[in-house]
Amino acid sequence: MGVAITTPDHEPAPTRPGPFRTRLLPYGLVTPSVAVIGGILAFPLGMLVWLSLQHYGLRELIAHQGEWVWLDNYRAILVDPLFRQVIFRSLAFTFACVVLTVVLSTLIALLLLRVRRAVRVIVMSALVFVWATPVIVTVDIWQWMFDYEFGVINYLLTQLHVGNFIHHNWFDNPLQGWGVLVVVAVWGAIPFVTITVFAGLLQVPGELLDAAQVDGAGGWQRFRFVTAPMLKPIFLIAICLSTIWDFGIFNQPYVLLNQRPSSDYYTIAIYSYRESFGVSQYGLGATIAVLMVIVLVVVTFLYVRETLKVAEIQ
Amino acid sequence: MIAREAARGVQAGRARAETQTVTSMRAGRHLRQLAFDVTGIAVAVVMLFPIYWMVITAFKPGRDILTLEPKWFPAPFTLDNFKDAIARPFFLEDVRNSLVIVGVMLVLALLISFLAAVATARFGFRGRNAFLVMIIGVQMVPLNALIIPLYLMLDGVGQTDALPGVIAVYLAVVLPFMIWTLRGFVANIPAELEESAMIDGCTRVGAFFRITFPLVGPGLVATAIFGFIQAWNEYIIAYVLLSSPGNQTLTVWLASFTTNHGPEWGPLMAAATLTGLPVVAFFLLLQRYLAGGLTAGAVKG
Repeated sequence: MGVAITTPDHEPAPTRPGPFRTRLLPYGLVTPSVAVIGGILAFPLGMLVWLSLQHYGLRELIAHQGEWVWLDNYRAILVDPLFRQVIFRSLAFTFACVVLTVVLSTLIALLLLRVRRAVRVIVMSALVFVWATPVIVTVDIWQWMFDYEFGVINYLLTQLHVGNFIHHNWFDNPLQGWGVLVVVAVWGAIPFVTITVFAGLLQVPGELLDAAQVDGAGGWQRFRFVTAPMLKPIFLIAICLSTIWDFGIFNQPYVLLNQRPSSDYYTIAIYSYRESFGVSQYGLGATIAVLMVIVLVVVTFLYVRETLKVAEIQ
Repeated sequence: MIAREAARGVQAGRARAETQTVTSMRAGRHLRQLAFDVTGIAVAVVMLFPIYWMVITAFKPGRDILTLEPKWFPAPFTLDNFKDAIARPFFLEDVRNSLVIVGVMLVLALLISFLAAVATARFGFRGRNAFLVMIIGVQMVPLNALIIPLYLMLDGVGQTDALPGVIAVYLAVVLPFMIWTLRGFVANIPAELEESAMIDGCTRVGAFFRITFPLVGPGLVATAIFGFIQAWNEYIIAYVLLSSPGNQTLTVWLASFTTNHGPEWGPLMAAATLTGLPVVAFFLLLQRYLAGGLTAGAVKG
């Protein structure tokens, strides 16, 4: 759900000097999750780094024995012009998606406060519907709607006299193709962020807004100085999660381009996947994945620090 | 909100004591309300259109799908696309696999995440913050980055092309978010409720199961829906780990509709409708609890 993720909670009950059993209880309670998360993910994480330091191709996979090459993979990738292109493209794509998602979702959430009840129910149901539909399904739908020959979007744009879009292939021109990908990604991300922001808006006390209005604050000022600060934790988590999801995007370009995207449409996740499973260079693929995590950590560092701060204060 | 504005408007009107002003103001307000409502409907239409388009394409006969001028309604109407989709090999096996994977995963995930949520919301203990940092940190790692080592690791223990391997991976991926969400719900239930039950003679465990557990119900539902969506929709892990067609999930089965000549739209849209259906049904089934969950667990203060 994600709605409750930023819930400020009560001060954790201080550990009472109780019997030994009670003091051990919380550890017993977290043990299963630590075991599962650690057991499943810790080893692959370590192995990812380890793999990235080896030459590991098909032969090595079969022999279960890689050739240790230290930082050669990193050197090879970092001088690769395609890698720089892909990183730059992924970052630009992520930025566009996150900004559009957060702005549009906030506008829709604010709109939801003003519409009559029946309209609110309709919009909410539409959002829930979109959210519940599997990504892989929605990507298929968009592929069909953007089909160059029989797609409904080309037809509509032509009818609306935006231009002649008959037999227009959106993916011929990478800039247009990426535009389509932004539309698809933002459309899919809006429900989650809107519902989260709306739930937050409901918690902003009306008296505060009234007081601001009495003091002469206009609509924008009330949002900027009353609502937005109160929603800060929600915006933080929404921006942070959206950044992670959009930067690692894989399904949308992969499916929209018939599972054979040209290098113009590589996202960093597709690039890593291609190196590993396309040309069986598992070492290089792992290197790209590690670099991807590093870039993501750098990009989201500030958000995560703020989010943690919010969780600690409470 | 509307009532408050109306009251404010009425007061302003009285101060001016001019009936005409009140009428024109009322008309203006009416117009503004209408503008908001119309914008709201427009948002709903734009958001829903792709889904509508999928469903009506699924019900159209082939010659009505590939037309230069699209038909906005499925008339004439056919079920052939659905029959075609269901008749594809491995449909039933893949439905079963998806249900088994998601079902087993969800039961385990709810149990495990609930325990951890209680621990972090109700107890202060050494290592609590480290645990929370791990929960957030794990979500930073994109799943795609781990495909290669996950594949190699599961290959080492003979769990590639087997459902338990996929279940374990999904479990680890879904848990952090579920713990974080549930923790918020549990923390929102005042511990005093439990304490007063204990004063009234309940044991600690009894108080927990009689007071806290029922109250956290909506939270469990909300979390379950999240986990369900995540796991049901997952594609790339299932695609890499499950190689034989009889072992795959519905999302992988869906990808098989794209041939070298491009996708076959009618059957693909029918198959996509079928794949999306269980999630929507699950949502609608639990929506009653979800509405409560949204407000109960939502951001307070």
